[in-house]
Amino acid sequence: MRQAFAETVGAALDDDPRTALVLAVISGDMFRRSAARHPGRVIDVGIREQAMIGVAGGLALAGMRPVVHSYAPFLVERPFEQVKLDLGHQDVGAVLVGIGGSYDASTAGRTHHAPGDVALLDTLPGWTVHVPGHHEEARDLLRAAIARDDRVYVRLSATGNRTSMPASPRLTVLRTGSARSAGVVVAVGPMLDRVLDATAGLDVTVAYASTVRPFDRDGLSRLVGAAGSADVLVVEPYLRGTSAHEVAEALADRRHRQLGLGVGRDEELRSYGTPADHDRAHGLDTEGLAKAARDFFLV
Amino acid sequence: MSTRAVLSRYADLPTLIGLMEGDEKHSAAAHTTLDVLWVLYDRVLAVSPETAEDPARDRFLLSKGHGPAAYYAVLAAKGFLDVPTLRTWAAFDSPLGHHPDRVLVPGVEIGSGSLGHGLPLALGTALGLRARDVRRADGAEPRVVVLVGDGELDEGSNHEAIAAAGRLGADNLTVVAVDNRSARHGWPGGIAARFAVEGWETREADGRDQDALHDALTRPHPRGPLAVVARVRVGT
Repeated sequence: MRQAFAETVGAALDDDPRTALVLAVISGDMFRRSAARHPGRVIDVGIREQAMIGVAGGLALAGMRPVVHSYAPFLVERPFEQVKLDLGHQDVGAVLVGIGGSYDASTAGRTHHAPGDVALLDTLPGWTVHVPGHHEEARDLLRAAIARDDRVYVRLSATGNRTSMPASPRLTVLRTGSARSAGVVVAVGPMLDRVLDATAGLDVTVAYASTVRPFDRDGLSRLVGAAGSADVLVVEPYLRGTSAHEVAEALADRRHRQLGLGVGRDEELRSYGTPADHDRAHGLDTEGLAKAARDFFLV
Repeated sequence: MSTRAVLSRYADLPTLIGLMEGDEKHSAAAHTTLDVLWVLYDRVLAVSPETAEDPARDRFLLSKGHGPAAYYAVLAAKGFLDVPTLRTWAAFDSPLGHHPDRVLVPGVEIGSGSLGHGLPLALGTALGLRARDVRRADGAEPRVVVLVGDGELDEGSNHEAIAAAGRLGADNLTVVAVDNRSARHGWPGGIAARFAVEGWETREADGRDQDALHDALTRPHPRGPLAVVARVRVGT
């Protein structure tokens, strides 16, 4: 996905003079050619993440479309007040593109992990959040985001699904349960393959989201209405329960149960290893998801 | 514009400020910026109510957003704001708060109040105008002028922007640092030295001397972005 990002932004810099890229060193080598071709529009501020977001806000005030990129903890968490004030409060847009996600940089330890990025942006109004599950989705979502003017966070992952889904702001249904089904499962971005595997033997509806903000509340309400039970399981690659308030809003008019699965909130996991090791520790591997789904749907 | 015929002179600013009440805590901040703001809007910046939306206008960004009474007064004197609006200051449905909001106030380029945001925003604006090759009608590059306080320079975000602006050669950017000695630990060697070491052209002026300020702000500065340190003693 990182390569798709570099290619998409490189092409946008060539095609649209409004496009600017703001970096704080990270991934700078992927844009060397773009920087040579468009020296005023590829701006590497050095290791200065507050200035990175502030500069992006200023570029937007001057009529540019800034794309801002770093590891998620340095893009969203470190300069969070700049994200809040220099973009949101100024009422200007930018495309923030994060890598590293929850623990793609598993061997780097907690300093380079950001499972709270989407929950943090959820405290701010007006953000669109894309969580592509495949590099082709990343390309399509980025291309569309650069063409708009709003505030967009694109959360790239080092892992993805086997096949690409169409980029849609709506929930995409991949498997429809029977009229007596146990409920609905929503898989976000790179969680899709393992959710499909983990729920293969269950009578449930499985839907996919690569855009989580705005959340497709109407779509979820319809799917739950058609299911046998108003039970909803959401599987997200970041903090568990991040979208719980969206599910609650979507289903406010009916009695329902919900469970959110994702990265654990209860402790700081001080481990290295691989992302798969971390998935296992958080119950986000296929086996962990299958067990949690069976328990939740009471089968 | 009937409001421009009356209360449009420097001598009218105290009257305009007097229409706003209730922010005594920040009155020092308001008054130390008065002459800088007047010189900028009266003699330096190419921007008016008629060109406030023109992409090629000069930009003024008030980073030091607290104590904006002098700012609102100057905007009113120059016709960006209706004078009666000043009386609504800080009311629920007023566009004028104790910190300015660009979405609410005509002619205001940034919403500010939290310190350390204006200079990075100004740098981005300057780089954006340059990347788009925006030119004023007279062929000059639009200027981006940002006003910061010496206490505000404590914020690390400013130091990030000062360093980046110097290296990136953003010479369409001007910082006016109003030095009223409010920084907790001070700036050994003076504020200008902080900018100079990063490649900025620096000048100092008495913040109450309008001719000196005008000269410092308008004399050509062929090398790097420009920092003007305006020294002001609180209470003068």
